[in-house]
Amino acid sequence: MPKTLFDKIWDFHRVGERADGRELLYIDRHVLHELHAHHGFTHLEKQRRPVHRPDLTFAVQDHTVATRPGRDDDSNPSGTAFLKAMREGTRRNGIRLFDLGDPEQGISHVVAPELGIVLPGATHAVPDSHASTVGGLGALAFGCGTSEMTHILATQVMALKRPKRLRARLDGRLGPHVGAKDVALRLIAELGVAGARGHAVEYAGSAIAAMPIEQRMTLCNLNIEMGGRSGFVAPDDATFAWLAGRPYAPQGATWDQAVAYWRTLASDDDAEFDREVTLDCSALEPQISWGTDPSQVVGISGRVPDAAAIDGSRRAAAESAYAYMGLTPGTPLAGLPIDRVFIGSCTNSRLPDLEVAAAIVRGRRVAPGVTAMVVPGSSSVKREAEAAGLDRVFRDAGFFWGESGCSMCAGGNGDRGAPGERCVSTTNRNFENRQGPKVRTHLASPATAAASAIAGRIADVRQVLAGAA
Amino acid sequence: MQVFTRHTAIAAPLLQDDINTDQIAPVLHGRGLKEDYRAMLFHRARRRDDGTDNPDFVLNKPQFRDAGILVTGQNFGAGSSRESAVWSMLANDIRVIVARSFADIYRENCLQNGVLPIVLAPADADAFTARVIAADGAAPFTVDLVSQRIAGPGGDDIAFDIAAADRMRLLEGLDDIGLTLKHMDDIVSWERTAAAAQPWLQTARDGR
Repeated sequence: MPKTLFDKIWDFHRVGERADGRELLYIDRHVLHELHAHHGFTHLEKQRRPVHRPDLTFAVQDHTVATRPGRDDDSNPSGTAFLKAMREGTRRNGIRLFDLGDPEQGISHVVAPELGIVLPGATHAVPDSHASTVGGLGALAFGCGTSEMTHILATQVMALKRPKRLRARLDGRLGPHVGAKDVALRLIAELGVAGARGHAVEYAGSAIAAMPIEQRMTLCNLNIEMGGRSGFVAPDDATFAWLAGRPYAPQGATWDQAVAYWRTLASDDDAEFDREVTLDCSALEPQISWGTDPSQVVGISGRVPDAAAIDGSRRAAAESAYAYMGLTPGTPLAGLPIDRVFIGSCTNSRLPDLEVAAAIVRGRRVAPGVTAMVVPGSSSVKREAEAAGLDRVFRDAGFFWGESGCSMCAGGNGDRGAPGERCVSTTNRNFENRQGPKVRTHLASPATAAASAIAGRIADVRQVLAGAA
Repeated sequence: MQVFTRHTAIAAPLLQDDINTDQIAPVLHGRGLKEDYRAMLFHRARRRDDGTDNPDFVLNKPQFRDAGILVTGQNFGAGSSRESAVWSMLANDIRVIVARSFADIYRENCLQNGVLPIVLAPADADAFTARVIAADGAAPFTVDLVSQRIAGPGGDDIAFDIAAADRMRLLEGLDDIGLTLKHMDDIVSWERTAAAAQPWLQTARDGR
């Protein structure tokens, strides 16, 4: 019987069925972060239950770490206890920790792929809703809660109900300065914030095939913002080339054997999906969010929509978003004055993201009155960017260049905006108060964020580069 | 995990869609590992800009201060996987959430913690919401997981569906890890099979 890629990975990893009907899915790679891990360690120690596979478990410090140079445990007082508990817990349990000061510390969803810890066809879990970022490599990844994380620590499996299968076919050639972030925001706008609930999403189509791996990760990262718990792209030659030689990836004869197997990881031609959606990306312009959830999105030439034109169930949300965002229907997005720009997070902090932004910033200055930050997704990304001189480009233009971590995505490390500030951010959630009390977040690509920092207002990158803005 | 059999409490209507985990349980800074889950619940919505109580927020109204059932809209619990968004319900003795739908991870986190997530059939949801509004906190509702019924002022009992496995888990307060550990032989034998079929999966070593 023809199978989807999801079915192939799921069926291989299915250990059995529990008495309550849940299927046990083996987790090949489990990555912890400091906000959840200590709960799990404490719980297991109380029950005298060991970690079943510490050798398949990794840990990072990312959510609460300060970004300023010379940081230590106490730089963000809210994080100190979490960082220490993580360090002690991983030591007791024999788990490799990418700690503060480790040359490979960073955001879990950036570190795991760049080290080759995550592989095509592997299952992966992180106690964080953006776990499926690594779906960009063809891994089946699940975000989980604290209890589920603890369960995986003890058993190395998740007890799940099999999700339905959705294929999102994204076709067409992307225009200049349009990337995966724009595609993802458009898709979320079309499907809604619960559009993929209960589904594992396979991203396919010509637009995906042409996307570099980092962009596929951006796309899969935002899968949760339309409610999907897992999202992935079938691996191809670009995936294998990207992974080859990474420290934790297989090597030698095992690598050849792995690639041969990975080539079978595609949905069969006549495999059936529970649902299929399509999006033609060829005419897509850069996208930006105007409201307080990631489906409230328009093209950069668009205007704040009129609630009267919005479908009934979404109208109340639009009306509350106007007030919070300080916007009135009909206002053009481009041209809105801004106070902040943040480039970073598991969504858009990999080297190519920074390269795109630097190319726009090079030789220009951040507009007066705008606070602009770049926070690389990992210490490795930071090092590579510095080797290429990108830190100088950003610093010379007036950006803050930080140490890696989640930073202003959720502000758990103290990097936050001031009340009322309008911020163009390459992150994933524009929820109220997320980037600081009353901060007004506009989600956009690194290109749009960089162009807006220069212009001092929300800007169309194409116009900034043409010198028209 | 706390067993759930039946729960009698005031039902509070919070009739919005897409309430996210940042709203339910905002990150409160400066508490270290000893977080105050009781204070965390809807921390921002409960307060005005000057820090005083917001009298308009439903859980601040006198009749709903001790509410133990929350009635809400579509996609409740969207956003983060932070389990504090459920622990903060428990800390306030809210053991039942009746929503039009739940975000996947949030619903799972409810089941892990003895909080009953209910989705009623659309007509029943409309009727129940109307009854909760009409009751206005004057009389409690009783949610019985054994009979799968909600009883209370304003009409007949309302039946609700829940997957048999989820119901059993809540009724028995099952130790989820213990349940899976019964399959440890299967897990270990899977590991052997996988090591032969895809050897790169069962080792994760730095090759440098």
